[in-house]
Amino acid sequence: MSALDPAGPRAQNLATLWWIMLAGSAVLFVLVMGLLALSYIRPEWLSRLSAAQWIVGGGLVLPLPILILLTGTALVLGEQLLPRGAAPISVEAHAERWAWRFGYPGSDLTDDGTLHIPAGEPVDVMVTTADVIHSFWVPRLGGKIDAIPGRRNVIRLEADAPGIYWGICAEYCGPGHDSMMFRVEAHPMAEYRRLREGAS
Amino acid sequence: MSAPLSPIALHKQLSRIWGTPPGWGRLSSVNHTILGKRFMLVALLFFAIGGLLAMLIRAQLATPHSAFIGPDIYNQLFTMHGTVMMFLFAIPMFEGLAIYLLPKILGARDMAFPRLTAYGFWCYVMGGSILIVAMLAGVAPNGGWFMYTPLSSRPYTPGINADVWLLGITFVEISAVTAAIEIVVSILKMRAPGMALARMPLFGWYMLITAGMMVVGFPPLILGSILLELERAFGLPFFDPERGGDPLLWQHLFWLFGHPEVYIIFLPAAGVLSTIIPVFAQRAILGYRALIAAIVAMGFLSFGLWVHHMFTVGIPHLALAFFSAASALVAVPTAIQIFAWIGTLASGRPRWDVPMLYVAGFFAVFVMGGLTGVMLAMVPFNTQAHDSYFVVAHLHYVLVGGFVFPMLAALYYWLPHITGRQSLYRLSVPAFWLILIGFNATFFFMHVTGLMGMPRRISTYPSNWGWDWLNLLSSVGSFILTMGFALVLADLVLQLRFGKPFRRDPWRAATLEWAMPTPPPHYAFAALPRIERRADQLRPAEIGPVLARGDGYLGFARDGQMETLGVDMVSGEVEHVIVLPHPTFLPLWTALATAAFFLALLFGQYWLAPLAAVVVVALFLCWPSRLGRTDDLGPVDIGRGETAPYDGEASGNICVLANRTALVTNGTLFASLLFGGLFLAVVAPN
Repeated sequence: MSALDPAGPRAQNLATLWWIMLAGSAVLFVLVMGLLALSYIRPEWLSRLSAAQWIVGGGLVLPLPILILLTGTALVLGEQLLPRGAAPISVEAHAERWAWRFGYPGSDLTDDGTLHIPAGEPVDVMVTTADVIHSFWVPRLGGKIDAIPGRRNVIRLEADAPGIYWGICAEYCGPGHDSMMFRVEAHPMAEYRRLREGAS
Repeated sequence: MSAPLSPIALHKQLSRIWGTPPGWGRLSSVNHTILGKRFMLVALLFFAIGGLLAMLIRAQLATPHSAFIGPDIYNQLFTMHGTVMMFLFAIPMFEGLAIYLLPKILGARDMAFPRLTAYGFWCYVMGGSILIVAMLAGVAPNGGWFMYTPLSSRPYTPGINADVWLLGITFVEISAVTAAIEIVVSILKMRAPGMALARMPLFGWYMLITAGMMVVGFPPLILGSILLELERAFGLPFFDPERGGDPLLWQHLFWLFGHPEVYIIFLPAAGVLSTIIPVFAQRAILGYRALIAAIVAMGFLSFGLWVHHMFTVGIPHLALAFFSAASALVAVPTAIQIFAWIGTLASGRPRWDVPMLYVAGFFAVFVMGGLTGVMLAMVPFNTQAHDSYFVVAHLHYVLVGGFVFPMLAALYYWLPHITGRQSLYRLSVPAFWLILIGFNATFFFMHVTGLMGMPRRISTYPSNWGWDWLNLLSSVGSFILTMGFALVLADLVLQLRFGKPFRRDPWRAATLEWAMPTPPPHYAFAALPRIERRADQLRPAEIGPVLARGDGYLGFARDGQMETLGVDMVSGEVEHVIVLPHPTFLPLWTALATAAFFLALLFGQYWLAPLAAVVVVALFLCWPSRLGRTDDLGPVDIGRGETAPYDGEASGNICVLANRTALVTNGTLFASLLFGGLFLAVVAPN
């Protein structure tokens, strides 16, 4: 269930971004708190800095390169994660208070709360809702996307290996919100094909 | 004027004119000192209620599969916790602080529209009471504090719950809009003569920008609430995709308000920090002009990043990139302020006292919240963290760090001003450590809880995903935090009861609010000073006695009138004499009629609503009758050998400016409506 324990390339990228940002934030936090402590403990070390140096240095020179680099990286990463072109496999996730139903090309929506996907293959999930706003989230496989009435959103997921990955509704949707969980089951490609052929 | 009076005689005369009657007459008060205190006191009461709700939430979440309260009650609890803390605590708290402090820091005797202050206060109390009564009756709002449609629409919330939110909050918003207009006008027109804008203390600048943001920030929410209430009451389909509406329109309108709102809460707190830090650094603030530029930049940027609450709704990625960059960019003016404050301390002779303890707590907590804010601004990461406990942790770091800690610093800094007493016991120190440790124990590991997949707003969770100990830790932390706040409360009571009186200016401050007796008299200043330099580098201990003698502007009592000075907006030169209204029950009656209007809508008695509206308008029309003057008197003596006309004979008076500001609010409301229409026509799916 943890986004820190990624099980697919897309979730892996997001986790890497998190660890980089965490390291950078820790450095910046220590820097700011260290300067604050020094201003009391060793003010003479800092007293030669002028007003302009404090404000231009701390307010512009320090944050701007970091922000530009970070925003740029995030933009490129975000572009890579987009569902560009059609993925070979596309499935439906339909939210209705308070359960998820899943559909595959050429078959009806299923009611067992399990989404079957092939492992090692990008999958496009078409997310829709019958009533209020929900959000489709499988932390170990990728980010989340909202199910909005009147719209059809797409998220691309990928699992490295066969297994069971849990998902949960992330957007508050009323009294059944806390029980709106589902399973994603990734199968080896051959088994997935057999499963689909058996179903249709 | 005749021979100068003794300071005591002058004090007695002015007190008679500016005083509030005793007994029931207290309800007629229009005085900014009294109303500021009342605003803050009621806000603290709501803070206690919101805190109690948080305790219940943490009790429920302490263990998995908890059966303490079911989802129905739980949903009301977290909705009310967010709503109470944002709308009934944070905004009224800084409004109260501004109403109490602004005239005193800027050198005026009251706010521009004292009866409007009183009306706003009553709207706040009555609107807030509607929400609390609804909660006690078990029909509190339960759609989350941002009330997303269509969950909050009639088919999915058939009861009165959502109407309570929409109407109660709109009622409370009246006080925010009136306060905003009044603050803008008071800052621009009612400063001590000679206090040009470039000499104004930074607190004035912060509140000016905050109030300006409120003037244009609240109308989108008010419009959204009106539209949603129209949909709920009369079936107009603004947010229903099947009939040509779009649920995302609500999200746009809500966050168009909701994000500036966060900065509206932070900026007054930052204004407090910019006032307190120089006093304890024992030097003037570093980069006065750079800070003003940073505040203005923050004000503008905050209106350009509302979509970062909507990164997962399926908006095209390149559009998100714009809002992502804007959200990251807001770190720049924040960093300018942080480093200006640290630089001020580093280049001064910093000393410790209780307020600085809470300022240090602010730095630790707020910087961390800012850093996670930059993380959340990154679209790919946001798709994991959004709507998880990571966001819950982030928003508490920003709001508690950026508002509650500075307000605790403000409390310890200005409480001697309000009570005239200094703290004897050092309960504030252990209280601080309990609050800091309790806060971090509650929220620090919530970042991890969120990344481990726990979404916000679930009332129970299974025990197989490793969330158990994290939640238990948060719950234990929250009780430590509560003990800290309880200790602060005890400290306040002790200070009120046993604190030792002091002469004047206990912190060796450099702003005008300390140049008056404490607790402050109703008229604030016996005479208004002339400001010859930056007004955050004054010597209150020397100015105070001079003013108390009546040595300055308007240092006399004339015709039983409540007089203060109106100045040129930029230069601060005297333009006219403002005559303010005496205590009156009119604001209370008008607020009661307004309450009748909102209650009529709430209970679906639509025949009563227009009647109540007519009564409100009729009562408002009674307001001017007390102040009007039918003859021109020409320039009158204002002391120091100068003369000025009364406000009715001056062209650029406070009423003109207030009307223009109100027109901006109306304009924004209509612009939001236009935005909504265009959005439905162009972007919405049908």
